[in-house]
Amino acid sequence: MTTLKISGLHASVAGKTILNGIDLEVSSGQVHAVMGPNGAGKSTLSAVVMGKPGYTVSAGSVTLDGVDMLALPTWQRAQAGLHLVLQYPTEVPGVAVVDVLAEAFAARGRSTDGIREQLSTEAARINFDETFLARSLNVDLSGGEKKRNETLQLAMLRPKIAILDELDSGLDIDALRDCSRRVEDATNEDGLGVLVITHYSRLLKELKPDVVHILVKGRIVSSGGPELVDVLERDGYAAFEGDQPETASSALDDLFGTPPSRN
Amino acid sequence: MPSFTPEAVRSLHAADTDLRLAALQRFTSAPMPSPEEELWRYSRIAELSLDRFSPGSLTTTVTGAEAVLGSDVLDDETELDLFGDLNRAFMSAIVLRVPRGKVLDAPVVITHTLAVDAVACFPRLVIDAGEDSEITVIERFVSDESVSGLIAPVLRVRAAQAARVTYLSVNELGSRVWQIANQQAEGMRDSTTLLSTVALGGDYARVRTHARLTGQGGSTRQVALYFADGTQTHDFRTTQEHIAPKTSSDLLFKGAVNDSSRSVYTGLIKIGPEARGTVAFQTNRNLTLSDGAWAESVPNLEIETNDVKCSHASTVGPIDEEQRFYLESRGIQPDIAERLVVLGFFDEVLAQLPVGGLADELRERISAKLHTAVVPEKVTA
Repeated sequence: MTTLKISGLHASVAGKTILNGIDLEVSSGQVHAVMGPNGAGKSTLSAVVMGKPGYTVSAGSVTLDGVDMLALPTWQRAQAGLHLVLQYPTEVPGVAVVDVLAEAFAARGRSTDGIREQLSTEAARINFDETFLARSLNVDLSGGEKKRNETLQLAMLRPKIAILDELDSGLDIDALRDCSRRVEDATNEDGLGVLVITHYSRLLKELKPDVVHILVKGRIVSSGGPELVDVLERDGYAAFEGDQPETASSALDDLFGTPPSRN
Repeated sequence: MPSFTPEAVRSLHAADTDLRLAALQRFTSAPMPSPEEELWRYSRIAELSLDRFSPGSLTTTVTGAEAVLGSDVLDDETELDLFGDLNRAFMSAIVLRVPRGKVLDAPVVITHTLAVDAVACFPRLVIDAGEDSEITVIERFVSDESVSGLIAPVLRVRAAQAARVTYLSVNELGSRVWQIANQQAEGMRDSTTLLSTVALGGDYARVRTHARLTGQGGSTRQVALYFADGTQTHDFRTTQEHIAPKTSSDLLFKGAVNDSSRSVYTGLIKIGPEARGTVAFQTNRNLTLSDGAWAESVPNLEIETNDVKCSHASTVGPIDEEQRFYLESRGIQPDIAERLVVLGFFDEVLAQLPVGGLADELRERISAKLHTAVVPEKVTA
């Protein structure tokens, strides 16, 4: 059992505060969704947890089974069991996914014997064309192929906790289904814990969340069960934004009978 | 410069002593170049003192050339600079004359080893490819760390109508050796020429290449991979000259500089008034891998007709932070991530080189320049 714990996380980028105190806890086998409008801080949250350069953490903590992730460089966070599926996977010319995975295995002390066979099996599982395995990472791949490639890496590396940053962006229906099913299998088979960050609800129809968090202006303004997605569908994010308190109250009253507490 | 005298030329007892003496005369009467001149700007030519060297020779092996060895060194062209003249005076020439229609299936491999300290060597390679012939030549320059020296090689390529010439030079010289190379290629009607360079070694290593397209439909491609570390300097001057109509040229030079090394690339695309319908591209990309390293990239165009398609691009910069983060987010250590990115950066060039079995060795040498401990196992075939 592994737990990613984010407490009171404040972070800024280029002097501008984006995260205003995030509290989240994701454990093995759980799927947590963080939903929010543009500019809410969704991608910043994933970047800060993974240690992307350019972000400053001013307060709070991120731990994985009690180990301080913020004190570690990115590669050590990954080796500790964190994984990030990028919203816009970076193109790396001349570097094939098999090379990356071989190095990633070696870095973890895992044998690379049979890595090609494993890759073929995993690629087939998500309908990822094998010819892409020898190609440059994400170069000349369609949106769907890029996300299948990301999912393939996730499946191969078998992390403990994965953050999926807008896995659904640029994805067609088939790819969305293939990728979410693979992630769901990982939660069931390997006990993967998932923090799925998304703008839209369509991904959550495939990848059923246990808990849904609404992120607005760098804060989680509400957390609840999957039914929170339906409220969003009906009332939009406006229902959760502070400048429209009445709508927010009525929307959440439907769910919990009480107005949300704002921290 | 007492070593480079007419007596020294005569002592070679060559059949063409008169031509050699005339070349020496041109060398002696020309002033030494200076960094003030555009062609030598950013160069280290001011550090060169020829007195330190005496004429000597390389240990040279040639394989695969039995069927095409010739003797005519193509004296019709003037040399590109005074080092070309000095080479003509003291040269040891290999002439490959490919008869019309002949296709050499295996590459000719020439390996020059500098084994004697403090000598200046002047290898000359002539590739004279007859009509509709085909040849691939790999020329390697090798020395270990114990010797110093100056190597001033000359390459002369003539690709007759529809000939296909592929040439690669590999500089694997030790860090006390200077190289000043001149290369000239002429491409006639519908010929195809690839001039490629891998530069890893040398103290100051310069290659000047002038590729001329004199026949309609001719094409040249120039590619280079260079990687300097320590205090090395790699210096490239290229000219893609289009004289005839409907000719095409493409150039891709990719380099990296580490530690306090330097690299210079200056390239000119020159399109004459008769070269209508010409296509010419030039791309130079440089990775600076340390704060103390420095790369210069200067592209130039000189176009005298409107009917052309022409572009050039040049970049100098460190490893992309996004790429580094992406690989590190997979649990890969920073030095290995850097190595993957750099090898990937060069892969585009390696894929175009006629290297065959050399590719893995080159990847290892590139990795070694990154000063990381482990050499990668390349999983991709």
